[in-house]
Amino acid sequence: MEELCTGLCTILVESGADAGLALFLSLLVGVLLVSGVPLITVILLIWIERKVAARIQDRIGPNRVGPVGLLQTIADMIKLLSKEDITPTAADRILYNAAPLVSFASVVLLWAVIPFTPFHYGVDLEIGALYFVAIASFGTLAIMAAGWASNNKYALLGAFRVVALLVSYEVPLVFALLVPVLLAGSMSLVDIVNAQNGMWFVVLSPLAFVIFYISSQAETGRAPFDLIEAESELVAGFNIEYSGMKFGMFFAAEFLHVFTNGIIMAILFFGGWMGPLYYESPLIAFAWLGAKGGLIYLTTLWLRNTVPRLRIDQIMAFNWKFLVPLSIANLIVVSFVLKVMQELGMAPRDILSAGFGELLPTTIILLLFNGAMIFYLLGILRKRGREARRESQAARAEFAQTAHVAGH
Amino acid sequence: MELNAISIGFVVFTVFTLGGALGVVTTRNLFQGTIWLMVSLFGVAGYFVLLSAPFLAAVQILVYIGAIAILITFAVMLTRSIALIKARYIRTLPNFIASLALFLILLLGVTVPIFGPHSPESIPDYVASTRDLGAALVDENGYVVPFLLASVLLTAAMIGAIFIARDENA
Repeated sequence: MEELCTGLCTILVESGADAGLALFLSLLVGVLLVSGVPLITVILLIWIERKVAARIQDRIGPNRVGPVGLLQTIADMIKLLSKEDITPTAADRILYNAAPLVSFASVVLLWAVIPFTPFHYGVDLEIGALYFVAIASFGTLAIMAAGWASNNKYALLGAFRVVALLVSYEVPLVFALLVPVLLAGSMSLVDIVNAQNGMWFVVLSPLAFVIFYISSQAETGRAPFDLIEAESELVAGFNIEYSGMKFGMFFAAEFLHVFTNGIIMAILFFGGWMGPLYYESPLIAFAWLGAKGGLIYLTTLWLRNTVPRLRIDQIMAFNWKFLVPLSIANLIVVSFVLKVMQELGMAPRDILSAGFGELLPTTIILLLFNGAMIFYLLGILRKRGREARRESQAARAEFAQTAHVAGH
Repeated sequence: MELNAISIGFVVFTVFTLGGALGVVTTRNLFQGTIWLMVSLFGVAGYFVLLSAPFLAAVQILVYIGAIAILITFAVMLTRSIALIKARYIRTLPNFIASLALFLILLLGVTVPIFGPHSPESIPDYVASTRDLGAALVDENGYVVPFLLASVLLTAAMIGAIFIARDENA
């Protein structure tokens, strides 16, 4: 028990508190901090999201409540809280009320393993990366429960589509996640960040990053994968019967999930808190992580507001016929090349202590292999695109022909 | 048993596991049944955490709750009249006798050394890490043969599923 007592706990013990109580209090403060940060962040995130969306669509966005509309989300929150709390009579009460909580908790729990700085993290789990995937499956469960418990056919249909999407895109997500784990030789997120001291993993395996980025965009249900709330097709989707703060919880979970994924990508591929002068102060390290995560987050917003929604069959075909084989091939190539290079003595066996110079040959070779794969893929995509275009042109020509004949 | 965090955790997870299992067999609603099943499986994941096996705990949640239970909910939702099952399984007496016999055998097996002697080995201090687990799976003195056999079995099952699902005309 003693080794758990550090920092705040030792201060409490020195000032005369009971050891058990001091440990409990310091752990409580830690838990509240780690879970409180995302809860506060989400208020700001909703404002950022609305502002960015507005700018992309050539609008101004929220600008009435508070300076530059910063307090808009607070006003919205008060509105949601004061709304009538409706539960449909035919709903399954317990599941209906539990679903928003599980949905939000599934995102907040992710923050437990995120290393904010070299010294500040909730917990350094040996299985951090696996924990990330396991907790994400609770989000799927929440959507399924919400869709079924609402007892509404639109909600059920929406839940079906979304769960099919989430379960499918989990496969390439996990395969892409395995690449940083493989490179670092550890599943702990702290070790993965430390292993990027010499070189960021996005340079070693850009393809894995792209696969992870696409799949996490799908996992959060953002365009072009926004089947989760296709207003034009399903009225609303799985959350159609929800109102007030329960509806708000689903939305807060989604907004927070997008940002959390940005942070996770920064940790897995962009060196987390690594950056110039990070060792000077934990604040600088924290700022680096925030800047990297925020930048990735902004690109996802950009993408969301630019592309149209895909059909469900296109999404499934893209996943199973393109992304899954690609992610498996990428994992095999990276692990094979890395092992061969280690046997030849060109790659360091212990990446944790390897510097930039030692990693340079590994980087060049892995980059070459990645480049070859990307070149080959672009060729396939160009061929498929040409075929699809030819088909649609043929269909259009046929249609024009029949219309012409009918006209006479 | 002394009262500490581990014993409290054990009680909590036992309540989850047994309560969930009870829910599965008593509810008349198939969907709620699958939710209870997830609660029970979550309790088992808690046991793995208590036994210092975080990898197995995460895999338990990922595979059993994230994949299998979600698939069961899919299958349940695609069947008709899931809310109120009228059919009853009424052969109570044979069931009662069978479960009682099983319970007694288990009780005897735990308390009386009929299946070999109870060796009071102390638990080793060394806690195996996930790295040890991975090494044991591919070690020739470890579990490489069962591991490969399981892989072949899963591949065969997958090919079988594809063969059955394949369109005859395609």
